[in-house]
Amino acid sequence: MLPTFDNNAPISTEMVESHGLNSEEYEHILELTGRTPTITELGIFSAMWNEHCSYKSSKKWLKTLPVIGPCVVYGPGENAGVVDIGDDQVAVFKMESHNHPSFIEPYQGAATGVGGILRDVFTMGARPVAAMNALRFGAPEHAKTRHLVAGVVAGVGGYGNSFGVPTVGGEVNFHARYNGNILVNAFALGIANRDGIFTSQAEGVGLPVVYLGAKTGRDGVGGATMASAEFDDQIEEKRPTVQVGDPFTEKCLLEACLELMGTGAVIAIQDMGAAGLTCSAVEMGASGNLGITLDLDKVPCREERMSAYEMMLSESQERMLMVLEPSKQAVAEAIFIKWGLDFAIVGETTDDLRFKIHHHGSLVADLPIKELGDEAPEYDRPWVAPLPAAPLEDIPHLADPIEALKTIIGSPDMASKRWITEQYDCLIQANTAQLPGGDAGVVRVDGTQKALAMTSDVTPRYCEADPFEGGKQAVAEAWRNLTAVGATPLAVTDNLNFGNPQRPEIMGQFVRAIEGIGEACRALEFPVVSGNVSLYNETNGEGILPTPTIGGVGLLADWTQMARLAFAREGDVIVLIGEAGTHLGQSIYLREVHGLETGPAPKVDLAVERRNGDFVRSQILDGSVTACHDISDGGLLVAIAEMAMAGGKGADLTELPSTSAESLFGEDQARYVLTVSPEKATSVLSSAADAGVPASQVGIVGGEELKLADKCSISVEMLKQTHESWLPGYMSGTKA
Amino acid sequence: MKSAVLVFPGSNRDRDMIRALEDISGQKPALVWHQETTIPDVDLIVLPGGFSYGDYLRSGAIAARSPVMKDLQRHATRGTKILGVCNGFQILTEAGLLPGALMRNAGLNFVCKTVQLEASNADTLFSRQYEQGEVFACPVAHHDGNYFADARTLNTLESDNRIVFRYANGTNPNGSLNDIAGIMNESGTVMGMMPHPENLIEELHGGVSGRGVFTSLLEAA
Repeated sequence: MLPTFDNNAPISTEMVESHGLNSEEYEHILELTGRTPTITELGIFSAMWNEHCSYKSSKKWLKTLPVIGPCVVYGPGENAGVVDIGDDQVAVFKMESHNHPSFIEPYQGAATGVGGILRDVFTMGARPVAAMNALRFGAPEHAKTRHLVAGVVAGVGGYGNSFGVPTVGGEVNFHARYNGNILVNAFALGIANRDGIFTSQAEGVGLPVVYLGAKTGRDGVGGATMASAEFDDQIEEKRPTVQVGDPFTEKCLLEACLELMGTGAVIAIQDMGAAGLTCSAVEMGASGNLGITLDLDKVPCREERMSAYEMMLSESQERMLMVLEPSKQAVAEAIFIKWGLDFAIVGETTDDLRFKIHHHGSLVADLPIKELGDEAPEYDRPWVAPLPAAPLEDIPHLADPIEALKTIIGSPDMASKRWITEQYDCLIQANTAQLPGGDAGVVRVDGTQKALAMTSDVTPRYCEADPFEGGKQAVAEAWRNLTAVGATPLAVTDNLNFGNPQRPEIMGQFVRAIEGIGEACRALEFPVVSGNVSLYNETNGEGILPTPTIGGVGLLADWTQMARLAFAREGDVIVLIGEAGTHLGQSIYLREVHGLETGPAPKVDLAVERRNGDFVRSQILDGSVTACHDISDGGLLVAIAEMAMAGGKGADLTELPSTSAESLFGEDQARYVLTVSPEKATSVLSSAADAGVPASQVGIVGGEELKLADKCSISVEMLKQTHESWLPGYMSGTKA
Repeated sequence: MKSAVLVFPGSNRDRDMIRALEDISGQKPALVWHQETTIPDVDLIVLPGGFSYGDYLRSGAIAARSPVMKDLQRHATRGTKILGVCNGFQILTEAGLLPGALMRNAGLNFVCKTVQLEASNADTLFSRQYEQGEVFACPVAHHDGNYFADARTLNTLESDNRIVFRYANGTNPNGSLNDIAGIMNESGTVMGMMPHPENLIEELHGGVSGRGVFTSLLEAA
């Protein structure tokens, strides 16, 4: 028999500690309750006050981010951010991590990460239309990496494909600093009518609280607490706390919820994510200034003898909690029966601002509902500013640019991710306008000419060298990627992955990265509308690279104006927007060609970023541009090589002003490569001059090779082979 | 052309199919929920793609035993044209309306990519708008598309010219025997195919070659 809890068992110091609560926090609980809490109450506090749910280490800094703008309908605080996309339509999106579970059980961890973020979007009344995933794994040669890649990719695909949402973008990086803590950041975007948005804010006393979806089991009990702790070598013992996903039930839940929302039956709705029933009920009550009473005997369970403690902390997936308009009960119930889902009235709203839980006829928890959220601890953790990286000295000589290019485009971070993206359905819903592999994924807004562009970006090695510039760069690159397809950037979601915030140097990375993100978001008018913080990504005292992933969303008024990165026509003129490259610190070139991870991160001049980007977008929308690509990892030559491989066309680059390592592989910011027809080249260059934007002709599209000079060239076919072969070879075990 | 789309819990390319049918035939298809027992009188019944019942047990196996399937059998016997795409093809084989089975892809992974398709029989109700032997690019997106049948069945399919579409130019994505991408029944009124013509009908999709399947049916209606 599984252990059950005696609800009134005395609370020992060990029990408090094993719930992740420190002694001051427990003292505060005693003050709030005025007595010793029951074990169920202790579990509820632990669920509400852990780092994952309470943001206790990060709240102070998150408040500094810009969250308003002309397009913002709902900013942070709801299940997902909501932005206006015109015609009374809104886009609803968010990115969220599922790092800890994915390391322990990669398939289910990643699958339920996708499931959770999709639920966040459709809980608000939006039909999910696109997904992305930012994945970071350990070094390829690490013993666990291949297994984790295979499992995470299968899990992401297994859930998203079955649910029926196209995965249109993402990132995949490898670095030894993720050996013990991989990152799985899942993004989802949905579309709704502006007047069809639902929130968790309950209104009205004595209304039924309804449980919807799948049944409750013991899976995931304590999951949010796990996600708020460091790993050590006993991590395998945590496996039972990973949830199990069922995309089929989620698809049925989506259809049932959207059908239900159309009937006027929903007053408030909240998905059960981290800490399931506890967080969702408290959120609905507290945000509506109402109490909630739950009768756990009514909760649909799939396991026997579940205790109140287990039911309140279960993280079983595909569940929702709703406050129902009572006159619509029969209609609502019929919809859920049709979709084969549970529908159970499990409680009601009250006017006493208490969170009361009944089980087997007795009151097992009775807590002040507002204080559970509002009085959660908030820490101003000590932090130290990171030391600036030493300047680069003695840059090694570039012997052979072509060999360097081959090394770079065949390296794990830069190689084609086709092996992964082909496992994701990127076409379903028939609105995909730009597939993974471009600067941004683009989906048409169904039934219109509009399209939404989305991208996920961060360069962790820059953040490690300089969290402030790295934070700026992550935002700037997202803005640039949206611009490069012709979209007007609207807003971002941030997914902040860091190590243990109780170490002042880690807290310093966090603080400076947020300051950088805030500065860039303000300068680019690119507000933060949703997000998630994942701390304690550490194993045996070693933290991950600071990884504040930025998910950016932009709007195209007409998808036919969209730019792609593939070289389109022979004879087109290749134009560099921005200055010639100078910056090699923290570059892919130094790391892959010379084995050096040194130097400062590139600086981001946000005014230049904006000026250059606005110019590029205007040229794309004018129809002057035949292809466009931003310059980021690997610099100018890598950007041109990517355009050549995508278009299956070469380029003559013999007029490049310089073939120095800085010029070819420098990672200076705010730069793009455009191609324009020969007829338009002069006018584009002169418009650039008028706008004060540096622009120069660097080559001509054509032929079957990239040619830097006589005897210094490579065929596009050879480039492709090099680019395409690493990942399949690695996954089949023939490469390290 | 009047059409109907059968919807099972877990169908997820139903919306893509509905849009393609509406766009090309000019008429909204009727939607028939899997628990209904009567399919209206139409020219074409479509079983769309997706993961009916989550592909649990075997892909298509549970849907093939849905209440609506009895009337689908009746329609098949009467000669109503029936098209199954992806999961719809899997359901038709599970229901015995088409021979053979669709096993897990040879590479074991889900695969979403563009392949080359050859119209290996352009003299059918489903392919008459293509030239015989015409090759065109078409997307696939499936985990269980590896067509298998015993040698006798394969011989019959070949000799009766019932293989409508084949993967061409070495682009077989799943290990299907004889590069089979789509087959029809003996009377030529029921076809199943793994690729997605409904995702290749407008400029946004990068091509319109998928329209041929629907315009062929329209001509036949």
